[in-house]
Amino acid sequence: MSALSTTPRSAVANSVWPRLEPLLPQIAKPIQYVGGELGAVVKDWDTAAVRWALMYPDAYEVGLPNQGVQILYEVLNEQPDVLAERTYAVWPDLERLMRAHQVPQFTIDAHRPVRDFDVFGVSFATELGYTNLLTAIDLAGIPLLAADRGDADPVVVAGGHAAFNPEPIAAFVDAAVLGDGEEAVLEITTIVREWKAEGSPGGRDELLLRLARTESVYVPRFYDVDYLPDGRIQRVVPNRPDVPFRVHKRTTMDLDAWPYPKKPLVPLAETVHERYAVEIFRGCTRGCRFCQAGMITRPVRERSITTVGQMVREGLEFSGFHEVGLLSLSSADHSEIGDMCSGLAQQYEGTNVSLSLPSTRVDAFNIDLAQELARNGRRTGLTFAPEGGSERIRKVINKMVSKDDLIRTVVTAYTNGWRQVKLYFMCGLPTETDEDVLEIAEMAHEVIRAGRAATGSRDIRCTVSIGGFVPKPHTPFQWAGMARPEVIDNRLRLLKQAVNADRSLGRAIGFRYHDGEPSLIEGLLSRGDRRVSAVIRRVWENGGRFDGWSEHFSYQRWVEAAAEVLPDFGVDLDWYTTRERDELEVLPWDHLDSGLDKDWLWQDWQDALGEYEQDDCRWTPCFDCGVCPAMDTEIQIGPTGRKLLPLTPVNGLRVPSNAQQ
Amino acid sequence: MAYSQGFTPHPKISYASAAPTGVASEAEYLEIGLRESVDPAALRAALDAALSPGLDVLDAVVATGGSLVDRIEAAHWRIELPGVGPEVLRAAVAAFTAADEVFVERMTKQGRRTFDARAAVIDVNMIMSDEAPSEAVAVPCAILELVVRQVTPAVRPDDVLSGLRVVADLEPPVSPRVTRLAQGTLTAQGAIADPLDTGRDGAVIGGR
Repeated sequence: MSALSTTPRSAVANSVWPRLEPLLPQIAKPIQYVGGELGAVVKDWDTAAVRWALMYPDAYEVGLPNQGVQILYEVLNEQPDVLAERTYAVWPDLERLMRAHQVPQFTIDAHRPVRDFDVFGVSFATELGYTNLLTAIDLAGIPLLAADRGDADPVVVAGGHAAFNPEPIAAFVDAAVLGDGEEAVLEITTIVREWKAEGSPGGRDELLLRLARTESVYVPRFYDVDYLPDGRIQRVVPNRPDVPFRVHKRTTMDLDAWPYPKKPLVPLAETVHERYAVEIFRGCTRGCRFCQAGMITRPVRERSITTVGQMVREGLEFSGFHEVGLLSLSSADHSEIGDMCSGLAQQYEGTNVSLSLPSTRVDAFNIDLAQELARNGRRTGLTFAPEGGSERIRKVINKMVSKDDLIRTVVTAYTNGWRQVKLYFMCGLPTETDEDVLEIAEMAHEVIRAGRAATGSRDIRCTVSIGGFVPKPHTPFQWAGMARPEVIDNRLRLLKQAVNADRSLGRAIGFRYHDGEPSLIEGLLSRGDRRVSAVIRRVWENGGRFDGWSEHFSYQRWVEAAAEVLPDFGVDLDWYTTRERDELEVLPWDHLDSGLDKDWLWQDWQDALGEYEQDDCRWTPCFDCGVCPAMDTEIQIGPTGRKLLPLTPVNGLRVPSNAQQ
Repeated sequence: MAYSQGFTPHPKISYASAAPTGVASEAEYLEIGLRESVDPAALRAALDAALSPGLDVLDAVVATGGSLVDRIEAAHWRIELPGVGPEVLRAAVAAFTAADEVFVERMTKQGRRTFDARAAVIDVNMIMSDEAPSEAVAVPCAILELVVRQVTPAVRPDDVLSGLRVVADLEPPVSPRVTRLAQGTLTAQGAIADPLDTGRDGAVIGGR
């Protein structure tokens, strides 16, 4: 007969587990709230000087694989006197029960109430997580408005790409951090540690002031926004003398010195990605004008081929994952990507490990790389992203791919054995006409026609996938007016007809798209100002949750809330979305410094309208976007000339070191 | 770890009568195929280190032929029923035991199925306690101990509870807490023997 459990769930003083556990049989997928994954860390509460709750504001299945949260979780927990735990958005079924049984928002690591922590850090990859932030704050028992919080409440800090314009959530967060988080979280930790050690002088206000004085933590309450009679912003100025006029983004240089995650979390429930992901570089200077990620993460900083090799080896050993993703904004652009792919393919040949490279560059080189990675017999999907249907619109967005290039590349993929490729485009781009979008159909037809001719087979397919364009802050398109959802939906309808106009070719083409409506709301949230927080709050009060999920998103709810709230300010939904801004308008994020020179962005916007292309500064002279001098950074790229050596096969048992503390 | 052949190889793991979701267990058994011989004690430690707290690997033995499934003949369950009075439960258990057959319904992957929950139940015992053993609430808590034979379709503790509802309208006021205490081969006396015992006796350990 077996003995009783040897390691029962450790008794945690402030755990909500005894109250949570009876609720779990009544909800869907309870495993997502249990914690205890490989890679998870539970530390002693009392001996920790600074305690962080980290949140990805979406469900566990989306939030757990998030690279940013995993990195910060590990960086913070490596500090001996720091404790970091994770929390995710709870689904409405559990939210209802938590409210009925007074169970607060909890961390999944030790099931501690989020309100007990010193800092509550929330990472926003997308603005559609804002309503989930409100649910979490409210469930935690933290006052919804930052202005109403007291010394017993954690400091709510927003990070992630959406934090480059945190104004729509300025009422709900105490602070926002722009840019790379690794060093920022340590700096915040130091400030909180010292302030607490001194006996928390001056309370919450003093702590926020110390954070603001770093010039890289934005504390919205220390800034006032004045408006013009027509609704535009007149100015954003500090309301006290000792905070900076502008807040600057953080840039982590030398990625080899920050090889995280080392101990990736291995999910217990099914998640959207189940792989070990390694960033092979950060930043991108391809200059695609719609791409906020490319603009705000400059300059390019490569991780060296040998560090990548070491991370893959150790990450797989720790986690037991079978898939490795080599991530970046344009992975084929790494200066040693060829050696990296062939080296890794060689190291893992004959094993169960598969390697993938999110491929977006449209050239034959990408197929060579994919061939290398497919050595183990498993071909990963090939995706090419011309983004725009016509040559003209591709000049507007600065995506320098010709139609001939694309067709040649896709045909090469077919002749090398791929049966299916995915082509990614956007709809609703600035200056776009119906004709620009209809050219997507022509391109897809030609791809199939040329593919059939080259392979002699009719068994080839392509999927055309269309995303809605959303203008983002800190990009040349930050001034652009959005197309109305009806216009987008009509273009997509015309495109679908055009694709299927030739029945033989149309049958080989899959067509995937999103409606225009969610994009318009994303547009409201991404370029909104502080007045938009009233809309977010109203939507949330009316039941808005999980806006990134089509089955939960309600366009109607957003339109109604905007119509109720915004007229008091003399503006409306269209004012934020379909209206084009002029050069001199003060934008809500002008006091937040991404390093990009606003004059350069305006010039690039004018170049877009003039269909004039901009080269990549890695291979041509600097075009003065402003980031390197403003941030005192520089491009860090190879080649290093080093190679990956064959691995010595490891036999026998592997015991994960330090799996649970 | 050994893998199946084919385009997407799967690890060779098979679970013998896994406990249903939402049920605690002190006795789960599974078979793992390995590429090479290893010391079972070292394997136990390695698996235990990789699993979540509360999921403890207690023992590992080398398989000695014969399927593990064949050695799982019955399971011993404990069902805590907080808020259920002793008289009510005693009467329900008596009615259940007195019946020859108790038909219950459950949704399975094949759809709604009706089957007998009585015949597979070898033994039912009632224990009264003033406190819930899981220290959740300090209300009287009736405890049922069941020994259930492994049959197809499986008769699970919730099926027995359904059976108590069918014969005596027993409706627990809060969710019952169910724990599997043991499973294994059934001895002539009706006790459950550790299914790993055959692997322990005279087995070649770790290929030495």
